[in-house]
Amino acid sequence: MLFGLLCLTFAISHVVPGDPARLAAGPDANPAMVETIRTKYGLDQPLVVQFARYVRGLGVGDLGESLRSRNAVRDDLARYFPHTFELVALALLLAVAVGVPLGMLSAVHKDTWIDHWARVVSVSGVALPAFWLGLMLQLVVALSLGWLPLGGRLGLTATPPAPITHLLLVDALLRGEWRTLGDALRHAVLPVVTLCLPALASIMRVNRAEMLETLQQDYIKTARAQGFSGFRIVTRYALRNAMIPTLAMIGLRYGWMLGGTVLVETVFDWPGIGLYAVSAALSSDFQPIMGVTLLIGLNFMLANLLVDLAYGWLDPRIRRPSAT
Amino acid sequence: MTARALVSVVPGAREDRWREVRRHARLFARSAASLAGLAVVALFLVVSALGPWIVPYPEDGRGAVHLDRKLQPPSAAHWFGTDEVGNDVYTRVILGARVSLQIGLVITVIAALVGVPLGIVAGYVGGSLGELIMRVTDVFLSVPALILALAVVGALGPGIVNAMLALSLVWWPGYVRLVQSKALALRQETFVEAARAVGTGRLRVVFVHILPNCVSPIVVKASMDMGTAILAAAGLGFIGLGAQPPFPEWGAMISHGRNYLPTWWWYSAFPGLAIYLTVLGFNLVGDGLRDLLDPRSRGS
Repeated sequence: MLFGLLCLTFAISHVVPGDPARLAAGPDANPAMVETIRTKYGLDQPLVVQFARYVRGLGVGDLGESLRSRNAVRDDLARYFPHTFELVALALLLAVAVGVPLGMLSAVHKDTWIDHWARVVSVSGVALPAFWLGLMLQLVVALSLGWLPLGGRLGLTATPPAPITHLLLVDALLRGEWRTLGDALRHAVLPVVTLCLPALASIMRVNRAEMLETLQQDYIKTARAQGFSGFRIVTRYALRNAMIPTLAMIGLRYGWMLGGTVLVETVFDWPGIGLYAVSAALSSDFQPIMGVTLLIGLNFMLANLLVDLAYGWLDPRIRRPSAT
Repeated sequence: MTARALVSVVPGAREDRWREVRRHARLFARSAASLAGLAVVALFLVVSALGPWIVPYPEDGRGAVHLDRKLQPPSAAHWFGTDEVGNDVYTRVILGARVSLQIGLVITVIAALVGVPLGIVAGYVGGSLGELIMRVTDVFLSVPALILALAVVGALGPGIVNAMLALSLVWWPGYVRLVQSKALALRQETFVEAARAVGTGRLRVVFVHILPNCVSPIVVKASMDMGTAILAAAGLGFIGLGAQPPFPEWGAMISHGRNYLPTWWWYSAFPGLAIYLTVLGFNLVGDGLRDLLDPRSRGS
């Protein structure tokens, strides 16, 4: 799988038309300069040799360097990824914290006004263009009402805390810099809300559908007949079973959110890998894009692994296949 | 004798089929959300077809310059206001519908044309070729479509054609997954085994038995994908990698309008509303179709 991902990123950067050496040399370069760059980066070698060098480089953590800034892509990713991770983690937390209860409520109160409104949220959430929603939130909440800042991670007067984990919010918390923490949180509200809405909508939707199905099962009826309280049945018995498909959706959405950061970070000027990838793509700077693609692919695979582990925790039948 | 041949000799089979279609139509019409979606999609299609003839300022779609009426608020003459070179935003939004329809259709059709045959090979034929197809599909699915498309456009250079090409290149794996699992299940069905047992050729089994039974989920997915593909292409347009100005593409319009917020809000507000309504329409229709054709997969 990982090897496949490497092949894919390599193929995109090396097989497609376009001449990276020409681009790196700039528009005014003469053919000799282009040739020098071609030789320097090994672009004149056969593809197999280039691929072997690419994989060997990755083995020692070398992701190449940005043709524009000459920075090592690895260093750039290490600088930008924590910001993206904070954004995505907060958005996912919010999506689960709101989406799961909303789906549950919607299923328990099927065809009431709660259900209708929850479904409006779920249908709209996946249809709203995130970048447009972000702009409209900026327009209303930041510019017209002035409640929250427009973009970025911190205000001009705030200084970031000395790094411990490189996660701004966590570092501010650990260092006890409450003013910085508050400022960072205020900056995070709009991007997190924008990024979380599509995920919230689909998590809610899956959870509602699964809850509806689970609530029809015989063991729920038995539990009701035995006089367990409705709340206990829903949260303890039904939700646990409905969570398995919901978890799959959460894993899927984590990956999609990483993709969505490209748009949300552009709108809110959030200094993460999404914004980094966009600026690289706009100037045909391959290595950073490939680095970001690889990093996001890896994250996605990791998330799926975690989801698989969580399945086992939720459902003993998966944990002990021999017992079934 | 194949199922199709049987159908043709059973009298009344055609009427039964027609009755089935009408029953489905009635069920679809019973859902207000599906009908609303259908109305939006129908409006979108009409607007796409008639766009150039119904807009008040057709020359504005090609980026005419009227500096005397730039950045005017919505009014009777300019329903959605005007942009920084005096183009009527309403005209450009209406013309953008056709662009979006083309984008959605191209991406969805290419994805289905590539993904469905591969899915059938992987699911029905299987073997090491099927295994290889699924591995490649998994790799593509391990990176979000937007990121992969970004990488491809980054390599090819910005532009509407490249954006469509990039999105088509990354869109097909979903169809492989869908069709493969369906074909795998169908392979075990008695009617397929029976067809094979009487010596029906592989190709005939695929076209007569497997493919027709995959149509429902494909149609549902295609309807949803029309919306999602439009959304993704608008996203690429927004970050400057899709359509380039003065091409009337919704995402690119929002991107330009962004520089004129908050005073000239209409410039980016209306194209966004158009994207939202269009995607909503396709999603609602897709939902309605799924409830009808493929009720078991509801909610997934």
